[in-house]
Amino acid sequence: MTWRKLLRHETILALLTVLALIVLASQSDKFFTLDNLLNQGRLMTEVGLIAVLMTFVIITGGIDLSVGSILGLVAILLGVFWKNLGLPLPVAIGLGLAVGTLAGLVNGLIITRFRVPPLIATLGTLALYRGIAEGISEARSVRGYPDWFFVLGQGQLLGVPMQLWILGAVTLVAAIVLGVTVWGRGVYAVGHNETAARFSGLQVDRIKLAIYASSGFAAALAAVIFVSRVSTTRSDMGTGIELDAITAVVLGGTSIFGGRGSIIGTVLGLILIQALTNGLSLAGIKSDGTIVLIGAVLILTILLSNQFHRNGNR
Amino acid sequence: MLRTSLAVLAMLSLSTSLVQAQSAWTGGDDLPTSPLACDATPATPVAKPYDGGVTTNAPDRNGKPITVVDVPKLIGIGYFDATSKGIAEAAAEMGNMTATTDGPTEANIDDQITLLDNYITKGVDGILFAANDPVAIAPVLKKALAAGINVVGYDANSEPDARQWFVNQAEFNGIAKSLIDSLAAETGENASFAIVTSTFTTPNQARWIAEMGAYAAACHPGLKWLETVEAQEDNILSFNQANTLINKYGDELKGIVGMTSVATPAAADAVTQAGKCGSIAVVGLATPNAMKPYVASDCVKSVVLWNPVDLGYVAAYVLRAVADGTLKPGDTTVKAGKLGELSVINGSEILVGAPFVFNKENITNFDF
Repeated sequence: MTWRKLLRHETILALLTVLALIVLASQSDKFFTLDNLLNQGRLMTEVGLIAVLMTFVIITGGIDLSVGSILGLVAILLGVFWKNLGLPLPVAIGLGLAVGTLAGLVNGLIITRFRVPPLIATLGTLALYRGIAEGISEARSVRGYPDWFFVLGQGQLLGVPMQLWILGAVTLVAAIVLGVTVWGRGVYAVGHNETAARFSGLQVDRIKLAIYASSGFAAALAAVIFVSRVSTTRSDMGTGIELDAITAVVLGGTSIFGGRGSIIGTVLGLILIQALTNGLSLAGIKSDGTIVLIGAVLILTILLSNQFHRNGNR
Repeated sequence: MLRTSLAVLAMLSLSTSLVQAQSAWTGGDDLPTSPLACDATPATPVAKPYDGGVTTNAPDRNGKPITVVDVPKLIGIGYFDATSKGIAEAAAEMGNMTATTDGPTEANIDDQITLLDNYITKGVDGILFAANDPVAIAPVLKKALAAGINVVGYDANSEPDARQWFVNQAEFNGIAKSLIDSLAAETGENASFAIVTSTFTTPNQARWIAEMGAYAAACHPGLKWLETVEAQEDNILSFNQANTLINKYGDELKGIVGMTSVATPAAADAVTQAGKCGSIAVVGLATPNAMKPYVASDCVKSVVLWNPVDLGYVAAYVLRAVADGTLKPGDTTVKAGKLGELSVINGSEILVGAPFVFNKENITNFDF
């Protein structure tokens, strides 16, 4: 039985990631340099933040498709609060984060109060939030942010990109909350069997509300970092980022039916995808070829993992 | 709780409505206009110091073989297939440039930035780009310049100091002149016309309409503008809007100008279906493939656009000239192979030429 335990999804994924890193490093001498790796970390922060919180959402058996739209909405509001309403930038950032959390909370309320399936609820808000963002922006961008703001997305601390520290902190907190707290066990319980969780006295709706609100917060935080990194706001920011995040989470072994998954898996999934996109590009493969390969890797990993867990329950 | 949350969201979105810009013609912007002369006299270039960026520690690339990556807004559409064809053509002519085209599959700023970042790490000699956003792309292009890579833009500019040169396909006042001249030639000088645009706030369209108003007032004062209607970039909406115009103005309407590559063919379709070919002229911006049926049936006589193959061709030659050091800040012209000497405008832009007018004779030579 022990060899089965060793072949957990995360272990397979870790081996695959190491293998990918070795192969990619042999294809281009520019790949395994500190500069490039840190830079890749910078580029994956926004997806990373969203994916870490998406892990919670998917473990409860839900999904949040609206994160990309929340990102766009918060980005636009950040610009509007600061430029059009003349608020100080820190206040605008605070308000933006609040709106993102609120937007996530609305998702949670629609799902828990009206028993709307998460897929449909967030599909609706995906369109709703993006529509509001586009309506507010009227295709105009906000530019000309002060220099100190760019530290967040373009600067570094102790040689490491600033946003990587944030991603690291969020990931650590998430891993602890999910892995060792009672509340974290509750999240798994909700995903495993919601009815049983309810009868065991767990406040299922509260857990879900908190998770969807945090997911909105993560998207808002990603928006602030994104705006700082590219130094402008546009209403189409974050389009499609929900799928990148979900891909990383699922590749990381989180079951789309809920009840199973881990933060470490999601982090490995993120690293593997980022390493593949970057490494293949450095090795001279065009971006269309890269997408095909990532799709293939996703399916292969899941198949491989299922092969070892035929009995299903794990 | 749900209600209050939704109410707060709704209030936030309402509290930020913006004021519409006013202009002589609805749908134009309120920036200053600079109409061209009524005849073919080219505009006298206003001397402006070089405002492009500079590379740091670029190696001497004079005459040496260079590798260049071309990153358009997106790949897989006819327009950018045509520009990369032009680039490949120029590279083949020069013989000392290897050019590959790689771009995002959707016009997405983040994908484009990531792609460029990877090519900088990989190490290329030159970058050709068409920006999805002028400001968002700037940090990564500056990074390229700092790494000694030559950077030249085409089709869609970045902030000037983030690249060395930009190849400008057509100036706003040039497009405006071509559209209004073609319209007047078909409808006669004393005719009424209407405009179908995307939205009143879309930057390029708003600029063109403002320039058209200024040029028409100066050179074709008899032309009477009736109305500008919004049609997003939506096929069905464009068709309906054109149809409404035809019914609303009846015989008074002599021309429709389409401002987007969607609106123009839709307007041509509406005129065809209303049986008004010949009595209502349709001119506008559009790609040749969409217009071929209407040009073939003589319902549309002129379609205005630039030639994207030439655009890519010039971009490649400009990049070669920058790498060789033959195009330096302060120069006023640059040689671009078979297209000859082209002039520098606006400090650090190269103008490809006057807009291209597709008609029955030449439209079949283009496929995009």
